[in-house]
Order: sequence, then structure tokens, then C-alpha cells
Amino acid sequence: MKYKVLYYVNQFFGQVGGEEKAGVKPEFVRKMVGPAMGFNGLLEDKAEVVGTLICGDNYFNENKQEALDYILGVIKEEAPDIVVAGPAFNAGRYGMACAGLANAVIDELGIPVVSGMYMENPGLEECRAKAYVVETGDSAGGMREALPKMAALTLKLLSGQELGKPEEDGYLAQGRRLTIFVEKRGSQRAVDMLLARFRGEEFKTELPMPVFDKVAPAPAIKDLSKATIALVTSGGMVPLGNPDRIQSASAQKWGRYDIDKNVALMGDYCTIHGGFDPVYANEIPDRVAPLDILRDYEKEGKIGGVYKYFYTTTGTGTSVANAVKFGQEIGKELKDAGVDGVILTST
Amino acid sequence: MVKEIERYGIPIVHMATITTISVSVGANRIVPTIAIPYPVGDPSLGEAAEHDLREKLVRRALEGLVTEVEEVTLF
Amino acid sequence: MKLELRKISIKDLKLGSEMKLQDGVLTIDPQAVIDELMEDVNVKNVKVDIARPGEKTRIIPVKDVIEPRVKIEGPGNGFAGVTADMEQLGSGKVNVLDGAAVVTIGDIVGFQEGVIDMWGEGARWTPFSTTYNIVVDIEPVEGLDPHTHERTVRLAGLRAAQVIGEAGRDGEPDKIEVYELGNIFEETAKYPDLPKVVYVEMLISQGLLHDGYVYGVNSQQFLPTLIHPNEELDGAVISGNCVAACDKITTYQHQNNSTILDLYAQHGKTINFLGVVLTPELTTLAGKFRTCDYTAKLCKGLGAEGVIVSEEGYGNPDSDLLMICKRLEDSGIKTVLITDECSGWGGDSQPLADTTPEAVAVVSTGNVSHVVNLPPADKVLGNDRAIATLAGGWEGCLEEDGTIKCELNAVIGSTSEIGYHYLSVEEY
Repeated sequence: MKYKVLYYVNQFFGQVGGEEKAGVKPEFVRKMVGPAMGFNGLLEDKAEVVGTLICGDNYFNENKQEALDYILGVIKEEAPDIVVAGPAFNAGRYGMACAGLANAVIDELGIPVVSGMYMENPGLEECRAKAYVVETGDSAGGMREALPKMAALTLKLLSGQELGKPEEDGYLAQGRRLTIFVEKRGSQRAVDMLLARFRGEEFKTELPMPVFDKVAPAPAIKDLSKATIALVTSGGMVPLGNPDRIQSASAQKWGRYDIDKNVALMGDYCTIHGGFDPVYANEIPDRVAPLDILRDYEKEGKIGGVYKYFYTTTGTGTSVANAVKFGQEIGKELKDAGVDGVILTST
Repeated sequence: MVKEIERYGIPIVHMATITTISVSVGANRIVPTIAIPYPVGDPSLGEAAEHDLREKLVRRALEGLVTEVEEVTLF
Repeated sequence: MKLELRKISIKDLKLGSEMKLQDGVLTIDPQAVIDELMEDVNVKNVKVDIARPGEKTRIIPVKDVIEPRVKIEGPGNGFAGVTADMEQLGSGKVNVLDGAAVVTIGDIVGFQEGVIDMWGEGARWTPFSTTYNIVVDIEPVEGLDPHTHERTVRLAGLRAAQVIGEAGRDGEPDKIEVYELGNIFEETAKYPDLPKVVYVEMLISQGLLHDGYVYGVNSQQFLPTLIHPNEELDGAVISGNCVAACDKITTYQHQNNSTILDLYAQHGKTINFLGVVLTPELTTLAGKFRTCDYTAKLCKGLGAEGVIVSEEGYGNPDSDLLMICKRLEDSGIKTVLITDECSGWGGDSQPLADTTPEAVAVVSTGNVSHVVNLPPADKVLGNDRAIATLAGGWEGCLEEDGTIKCELNAVIGSTSEIGYHYLSVEEY
């Protein structure tokens, strides 16, 4: 039995036409079109392309939902073992279409997707975390090199073997940082790296610096005296006994606690944060989350009120991905509750 | 967490000691605090002085929330 | 300064009725250790046990690991300024019980401790599965405040190592390692063409269970300071912390600091190793600015052309690490950083809490959140229920049959940021 491959191309590679045809709706043909043909020839009789999806780049990007509804419908029907899209080279809209398709197919159907793109194609960042993307040249002239790489990767994925390192199996790193054992201890590698720098030799950092995105500042509170302020902390402040068993480091969850009756955290709260000396915070928990002062301001009418729930988690060693998730979940609750402003304290 | 809450359009002020980190990760409104184990307190002060310190820090945070900002701002 | 580490290979370890080292077999008299430690009025109870490599033994919750030694010639036997009189360390002859380690266990504040598995899967992740471990369980008297409690346990471990080290006083070394470094003018005159290198060792300095000590001085209390590498190899720097177990620098790792040893190995060949700057990681921003400026100033003043900086811990110290890097690179000093990362269970999260474009050469010693499965042990020294409350564990991560699922966070020395172990990270 041969594995089934379904191929996706844009209007140009699907031989419908050039820019003037970029608005065509997706169409499925039960034959090999354009690069699908050459690709099929590289599958060594182990797999075959069962059909080609063709969609105009503009149509896909301007009517993404409609395009995906049709495309996912076809893929569900055809039930291929893998979907191959592109290569898109440096064509931005084509790349974005391949990426949009890849994310949807992987998320909703659980079918792996192989594509090919030039490093600067904006579609790459969109889908590289999930799809297996081969690096290609920046124009269709790179087709002859791209297809064998994509085919080899496809065959390896179909064979069920675990993929090796990105450079070994020819795909672009998906951004999963995995811990591995190596031959030389860390200090030796550091000395080697320093010596390489002295000699002007090439060296490769083991940890490229992270990039943090930005968020536009939210508008300010207009009238503080009517505003509900929520108190949030990453200082690990929890009710005594830590009822929700929040982790002391590398938190996997957050807690929400009713503070409506508290004039301060003191007496009822302690920290389970593993990243600092807890003695002072346990003495007076408001040193970490200043509920006492907020209550004063509430009494004086300077603020409308303190939101009835207090949100807390542990910041130390907690992955940014988890922190993002916590922020999304807490933010949604605060938004739904109509909270006007938030004070978040960190230790 | 700060950024994700802000994405909902709710103004948020980050009270943090190591503001360099806060700036790097992209908080927009920041109040520098005292020390990691006691951001809004100082055990070396007497009770009244510490309360006063905490009150001033929270006041700054509230100031941050009522101030329109275009970019990262320390209060 | 010349230090001779005379290494006597320990080939087996047993309990007996007298403290003895013969033909590489170390015999521990538990009572001798107990008697010594009970001298401290704050110690209520001491238990001594042993764990050999390969045995299905789990040690938890680990506080510190210390190498037993005895100085047979020269000033300062023991940990000067801590458990022994203040002396200038860094020279003389030391008999090292090479391959033996004192491992202290016991609860302090309920979290921030580590695990050592002596066999199988768990053994791969910690460097202390290959040492013959003398496990000292210290129970202090009730009612001690946490800081005194911590101090009691810390000193007890160091004293145990000293008592045990005495067994090697008359031992014949299997190999002798000589570490000698003159002052920077002498060394530079000897090796005028070799690039000058300084090692910056950051020490967590953040309060209970988060402090390092140099000649007994809490690292919170000093400015970045220059130290001769021999002093650290001779016991001048000790651990008073647990941080997360994975990247705390245990006293053993200070005594055998791999970055110092690997730099020493290149001294006179490819580099001119000038010395070590110990830098505290403080909890205030002004403190961080001060120490980072000061560290860079010391490196520049020494004429360093290259610097290796090792971090201790993660989170806020990432900021110190990168600030030091920026200051050094901005002054034209080639800088290599050693750090671990917090990339989440899936490895798909940002690895550091801070960022700077100047950090172009970084060694990663592993993801502290990497999850490992540790099969049940035949024997548990300490209390395996502690895993639920230590950094890297969580409620429910200990299964009924004794299997533990935890992050590397909990495994002592796994992601050592002085580069003591063999982990790295690769992007897939």
C-alpha cells in the first residue's frame, strides 16, 4: 500500500494563470499539477500524490475562512497521510496561504504538513512551529533543489521514524528547545567558545537571545474614584495551606481567591514562591501584594473599589509560555468582570 | 502576564524591582519597587515608615493607571 | 600561589566502627560523625547513611554536597572563616578523598531542595550519582528561626566533611594535581602573547537559602571581589543556598569548579588566566547596577581580553548576567556566558527572563523545566514525599509505587551553570 499525499499549489504553479488569476477560488483536481508531478517522481513508489488543491493567493488571504472551509473539507474527504504545500520560495502571499493551510490542517485534522519557503518569507514565522518547512531559494529557480529535500522529508515522516536534528533532516527548526547530553561539559564548551572568538574562528551560540513582542498600551483610567482595581501578583502569595497546591517554581497554574472580606493579606496569606527569602513576605504579605493600602484608598474614595478576587501565581522558573497562558486566562476574567485597571506585583 | 492582560485593553501597571526585565519583556507602565523579597515594603523601616513607603508606591501605581502613555514609562 | 591537590581515589565505601581509609576503601564510623555534629547545641539528631553508585537508592531532599578533604601542609585546614580559624587559603598540600562526597539532607523551609538517584535514569542527570555518598541527615532542635536552622545544617555538613576528610591524612595519593598561578605581572611576563582571561562567577545573594559565602562572609555583603582561583579550589567559597537544585553551586562544585579547572588547563597554552571575580546577584535594581558596573570595571582594570561569566540560578539573575555581558562587550572584551534556561515543559518558550543583543556567545546547560521520569527506588534516604514541595516538583508528582515525575529543576547539579555537567540544548 502506498501512502497518500495531497498537494497544494497557488494559481501560478497550478497552471491557472498569473497575477490576474490570483482571485480564483480553491479547486481540487484528482491529478498531479505543476510541482506535484515532479514531487511524485521522487517518492520512490512508497507514496503517491492523489490530487492537487489549487487556490488563488489573493482569494486565500482575503477569504481565509471560506478557502479553508473548502480545503479542509476536501482533505477530510480524501484522508491523505500527509499534505505538501508549495514550495512558496519568497512569494509572500503564497507563503501565507501555505502557512494558513498548514496550521489549520495540523490543528484541526492532525495531519502533518511539509512545505518549502525562503528564509524571509513571512509565511515561515507563521507556521514553522508546527509544519516541517524546507529552506528554499528565493525564486522558482530553486525548484530543482527544493523538491528532493521536501520529498525526502515527506518520506521520513511517513515512515514513522522520529526526525533528527533540523540540519540532518533538512527542515527549519521549529523552535522547540530540547535538552540533550553532549560529550563536553559546559565549562569546556565555554572555554572552547572563548578560544574560537580569540582566533576569529566561527562559533555558534547555544542560546540565541529571546525576542519579546510588544503590546500597545491600554488607554488610561478616566475616573479613578469610580474604577475597580484588581490586584495580581507573581509573588506566590496564597491562602495559608496553599489550597490549590500552586508550585513553588515553574508554575503550571494560577489561583483566584476571594478577598472581599480581607482588609489586608496579613494573617491569612503566605508565599510559596521558591525564588526568594520568604521570611519578610510571610511576616507581612502586603509587602508583596499591597491590599492594605488599596483598602485605605478605597475607604478614602480615591478608587472605586478593589476587585473581589485576588489573582496569584509563582513567577520563578515559570516559562513565558505558561505566563502568557495565565495572563490570557486572568485577563479574560478581569475583562468579563469589567475591571478598570490592574496592579501586578512581581518579586 | 502583564502584556496578556493589557491585550484585553485593561490598563495595567507592573510593580517590579528589576525594571530592566520589565522593560525587556514589554510592560508599558512600570513602578520600580524596593527589593525582590519585599517589592512594596522594607523590613528595615519602622511600621509607620514602611506603611508610608507602601502607600507612596501604590499611589505611583495608580498615577500610572490614570496616565496615558505611548511607550514604556516608569512612574 | 601553589596548591597541591593530592587525590586518593575512593573505590568503595562502607560503614564500620572506626574512621579509616585503606586501599581506597573508605570506612565511616557513623558515631564519630554524630558525636562531632551533636557538639552544636542546635542539632537535635543526626543520622548517617551511605549510598554507592549503582545502588537503587534515592537521596532527597538534598541540601548541599561537600568533598571531604584534609590539608596536610600549609595554612587553613577546613573551611577557613566558617568551621575553622581564618587563614589565607589557596596554598599547601591537600589530601582529597576523590570520589567521596558528603551529602546533607533535611527539611528547612519545606521547599528548594534536590534529589539524587544513584542508579538508572536519574543517575544520568546528576553528577553526584557517581560519587560514593555519605548521607548526613540533620535534624535541628525545635523552635529555631529559619535563618539559624539553615546555618545549623550548613555548618553541620561542612564539619562532617572535615571529620571524614581526616581519614585521608596519611593516605597515599593516586595522582597529584598542582595549581600554581603567580601575580598577573609575573604571568603576563611569562606569556606576553596570550590573551588575558578573567572568570566572573556570579553568586546568588538573595536571603534565606539563596546566599553564597566567601570565607564565611555572606555574598550579599560584599562588592564584586577578585579572588585567586586556588582559594576557591581550597574551600574559600561555600554554598549557603538551594536556589533550584539544578543550578545551585554546591560546595563540592566550588571546590572542584569546572570553569576554573578548564581555564587552568589552558593557562600558559592558549590563554593567560588572570583570576576569578566573585559577583553577588542582589535583589535591588541599584544593587544590580552597582555590582555589574563594578564587575566590568574589575575586568577592565585587570586588562582582560576575554571573560567567561557563569550565572547561579535563573529569573532575575538573568538580568545581571546580561548587564555584565553588555558592559564587557561594549568595552571590547570578548565575553562567553554560561547559563541554563527556562523554556517550559515543551521547550517552546522564551529561554531567559531578559535579553540583550550583545550576548552573542552563550553556552546553555539545559532547560530547567525539562521533565524526567525517575523510577521507584529500593531505598530512600530522607523523605521522598518532599518532592511535592521542592522546586521542580508538584503535588501528585510522586506516584504510589515511588515513581517521580519532575523537572530537572529538582535534580541536584543537572543544569549546573558553572558547566559542571554534560547537558546542552538544541533547537528542533
